[in-house]
Amino acid sequence: MGPITQSNVLVLGAILFAISIVGIFLNRKNLIVLLMAVELMLLAVNMNFVGFSYFLGDPDGQVFVFFILTVAAAESAIGLAILVVLFRNLDTVSVDELDNLKG
Amino acid sequence: MIEIKTLLFYAFSVVLVFAAFAVITARNPVHAALWLVLSFFNAAGIWMLLKAEFLAISLVLVYVGAVMVLFLFVVMMLDINLDKLREGFWKNSKLGFVVGGLMLAEMAFFLLNPQFATQSPASAPANQPGYSNVKELGKLIYTDYVFPFEVAAIILLVAIVAALALTLRGRKDSKSQDPSSQVLVKSGDRLRIVKMAAVPREVPEAVAPAAAAAGEAKK
Repeated sequence: MGPITQSNVLVLGAILFAISIVGIFLNRKNLIVLLMAVELMLLAVNMNFVGFSYFLGDPDGQVFVFFILTVAAAESAIGLAILVVLFRNLDTVSVDELDNLKG
Repeated sequence: MIEIKTLLFYAFSVVLVFAAFAVITARNPVHAALWLVLSFFNAAGIWMLLKAEFLAISLVLVYVGAVMVLFLFVVMMLDINLDKLREGFWKNSKLGFVVGGLMLAEMAFFLLNPQFATQSPASAPANQPGYSNVKELGKLIYTDYVFPFEVAAIILLVAIVAALALTLRGRKDSKSQDPSSQVLVKSGDRLRIVKMAAVPREVPEAVAPAAAAAGEAKK
């Protein structure tokens, strides 16, 4: 094992991304865990950004991670607010019950 | 010779992947949220190794400290029927693992290419002595990226307002205005005209002679 190389970090990001894809397949009924899988996916993307920033010696990538973190925090806050309203109205967070738009 | 940094990287990665897998398979959403905390923590460790100290700290503070606590709060607040949500959990698992595995295999095939086997260049500013990650990021954010930075601030403001507006339930006994009913009001709702029969007015004694004199003067 030599020093950390770029492919180490990129493959780690790919593994995380694949895990969260599988997570979306498995937990398609549970909105909460779906949101968590999306957070994991964003973490995988951020990992790639940080990796490229380190291996190219360019700190701009870290600024993008900063903005992604901001937007992800806003997204999860609004997502959870919608979830709470949904649970209040329907008494469930199951995706199957959310068919109000189906004519 | 095994470098200590590489060893740490692999250790963090193994725990991160294990925790991420536990997030998606945990039976209880509370456990899933706690596993997610562990995976964010390990990701922060890896970022620290990659010399992104500010982001590593902010990942712990913002994600573990705020977002995951919000998640836990919501998960514990909702009374969820777990059995119903787990119905058919493994039904699509084969397809999921095939898709995920294929994606991973393709990406690994590409990323394990020797082209990506690069190391951090020794000339990079991050590898110079006296380098401050926070200083560098601050310089970038407040000069080149100042407009995106302000847009991010507005996004956070929108998130605050949206989260409040979505979940706010006003108190039943609080007094507030209802603009639509204010606009729809008609004059009839406010003013009531009562018809009454006219009654002759009784004139007091002291005033009567003066009034009579005034009446004569007018004639």
